[in-house]
Amino acid sequence: MQKAVFPNRVLPYLLLAPQVAITIVFFYWPASQALYQSMLKEDPFGLKSKFVGLQNFTQVLGNPDYLNSVRVTVVFSVSTAVLAMALALFLATAAEKVVRGKGFYRTMLIWPYAVAPAVAGLLFLFMFNPSMGTFAYLLRDAGYRWNPLLDGDQAMLLVVVAAAWKQISYNFLFFVAALQSVPRSLIEAAAIDGASSTKRFWTIVFPLIAPTTFFLLVVNTVYAFFDTFGIIDAVTGGGPAQATQTLVYKVYNDGFVNLDLGGSAAQSVILMAIVIALTAIQFRYVEKRVHYA
Amino acid sequence: MIEKPGIGRPLAHVVLVLGVLVVAFPIYYTFIASTQSLTTILRPPLPLTPGDQIAANYGEALFGGIGRIGGVAVTTLLFNTLVMALGIALGKIFISILSAFAVVFFRFPLRMVFFWLIFVTLMLPVEVRILPTYKVMVDLGMIDTYAGLILPLIASATATLLFRQFFMTIPSELVEAARIDGAGPLRFLRDILLPLSKTNIAALFVILFIYGWTQYLWPLLVTNDNQMNTIVIALKKMVSFADADTPWHMVMVTSILAILPPVLVVVLMQRWFVRGLVESEK
Repeated sequence: MQKAVFPNRVLPYLLLAPQVAITIVFFYWPASQALYQSMLKEDPFGLKSKFVGLQNFTQVLGNPDYLNSVRVTVVFSVSTAVLAMALALFLATAAEKVVRGKGFYRTMLIWPYAVAPAVAGLLFLFMFNPSMGTFAYLLRDAGYRWNPLLDGDQAMLLVVVAAAWKQISYNFLFFVAALQSVPRSLIEAAAIDGASSTKRFWTIVFPLIAPTTFFLLVVNTVYAFFDTFGIIDAVTGGGPAQATQTLVYKVYNDGFVNLDLGGSAAQSVILMAIVIALTAIQFRYVEKRVHYA
Repeated sequence: MIEKPGIGRPLAHVVLVLGVLVVAFPIYYTFIASTQSLTTILRPPLPLTPGDQIAANYGEALFGGIGRIGGVAVTTLLFNTLVMALGIALGKIFISILSAFAVVFFRFPLRMVFFWLIFVTLMLPVEVRILPTYKVMVDLGMIDTYAGLILPLIASATATLLFRQFFMTIPSELVEAARIDGAGPLRFLRDILLPLSKTNIAALFVILFIYGWTQYLWPLLVTNDNQMNTIVIALKKMVSFADADTPWHMVMVTSILAILPPVLVVVLMQRWFVRGLVESEK
C-alpha cells in the first residue's frame, strides 16, 4: 500500500536543510579535501604543492612503518575483540542461569560503557605503571619483569586489556539479548536427548547466536580501529618504538605531529575504504540474519 | 525448568561476582586513590580503603583550579563537557527527527538523493578525516568554540536512520486521520509523532550523551585554550610520565568526576539505554 503523505512542496526541503548543510560542510567538504590532498605533495615549507597522482599511496603502502602499523592494528583489534567478546559471552551465559539478582549484576556490569576510552586507559596505566602502580609493584614482587613503558609486547597487552575492559559491557548487553531469544524448546529437546549443558551450549546456543556474535565482531573491530585512539594516546602514545601505533594513531601523528599532509590524507582515504568495506560486510550480513529467526 | 539446578546456579553467581569485581575494580581503585594524599599514592601498594583526604582533594580540584592545566577549575571542565555532550545529543536528535520526518512523510523530487547523501556518512567516523575537517574549522574560525566542538560530530546518519525506521512503522491511517482533521504536517509532527517517539528519543539521548561526553580526538584538536578543554582532554594533559610531579591525587579526583556524570546517566536511564542500544543497532 502507498504510504499516506503530506502534499507540501517546499516544507520537506526546509526540514532537510539543517542536516544536509551540516553534512556538506563537515563531511563532504573535508572528505573531498582528503581525497584531493592525498594526491598532492607539498614542498618542505608548505608553500607550494604539486599534483603527484597516486604517488602518496604507493609511498604509504611501501613504507615499512605503515606496514608495521597495519600489523599492530590487526593484532590489537583481533585481541581486543576476542578478549572482550569471550569474557562478555561467558558472563552473559552465567547471567542466563541465575534467577535472582539479574538486574543488580547488569547494573554493575554496564558501568564501563560510560567511561571515556582515554580515561579507561589512564586508569589502567595508573594501576600498572612501573613507578607507582600497585599492580606493577605486585608483579615485580612476584619476580616478573614488568615495564610496559619499555617493552612493546607488554605495552600492547596493557592497551588491549584496557580497551577490552571498556567494551565488555556493550557485548554483554547484546549477548544477554541474544541468549534470551534462543527458543527454550530446542534446549529442552536436547536436554531430553541427554545432551549435557556444555554440549547444548556449543551445538545449539552458540550456532543460534552466531548472527549476534558476527555483528559484535564487526562493531568491536570498528571500535578497536577508531574509538581506542584515546586509550593509545593516553597509555603509550604509540610507543615504545611504534609497538602500539595503530592506523588511526599514525594518521594523527603523521598529519599533526610530522606535518606530512599528503601522506596523512592518503592514509585517511585508505581508512575510509576499510570502514566502507566493513560497513558493507555488516549490511550484507544484517540481511542474512533474518534466516536465523 | 530443564533439569535440576545443581551446582550450575551457585557457580553462575560466582562467575558473575568475579566479573563484577573485574569490571568495577578499576573504578573503585581510582576512587580510593582520589581520597589519598600524593605521598601515599606514590608509595605502592595502595591501601584498599578510602583515605582521609577526600574533602581536601575534591575541594581543591573543583574550586581551586589545577596548576598543570593552566589553573582551570574542574567545574569549568565539567561545564564545557556538559555543553558538548548535551549539544551533540540534542542537536543530533533535532536535525535527525526533522530530516527523517521529511524523508518518510513527504514525496518530493530528489528525495532519495538526499537520503543517500545523508546515509553515506553512516559509520564514517570523524577520526578518518581529521586533518581536512580541522582545516575547515580553521577556515570557519571555529577553533576554541562550542560550535566547533559540537557541529562536526553531529554530521552522521545513525540517528536519522533510526528515526526513519521508526517513522515507517507509523500506520498510514494516523497520517490520514490527522489530515482529515485538518492538521498540517508540523502539527502532526508535534502532537502525534513526537509523543510516539518518546522512548526512542530517550534511548538515543543516553547513547549520544555518552558519545559526546567521552570524545577524545576531536576536542583534543579543536581546543587550544585551557579554558575550553573538556574534562577528558584536561586529564590527559595533567599526566606526564616523563617527570615526577604529576599531581596524581588530582588526576584521580578528576577521573572520578569525569566518570561520574555519564555513569549516572547510564545507570539511572538504564531501561531506555539498554532497549535503545540493543534494538537500534541490530
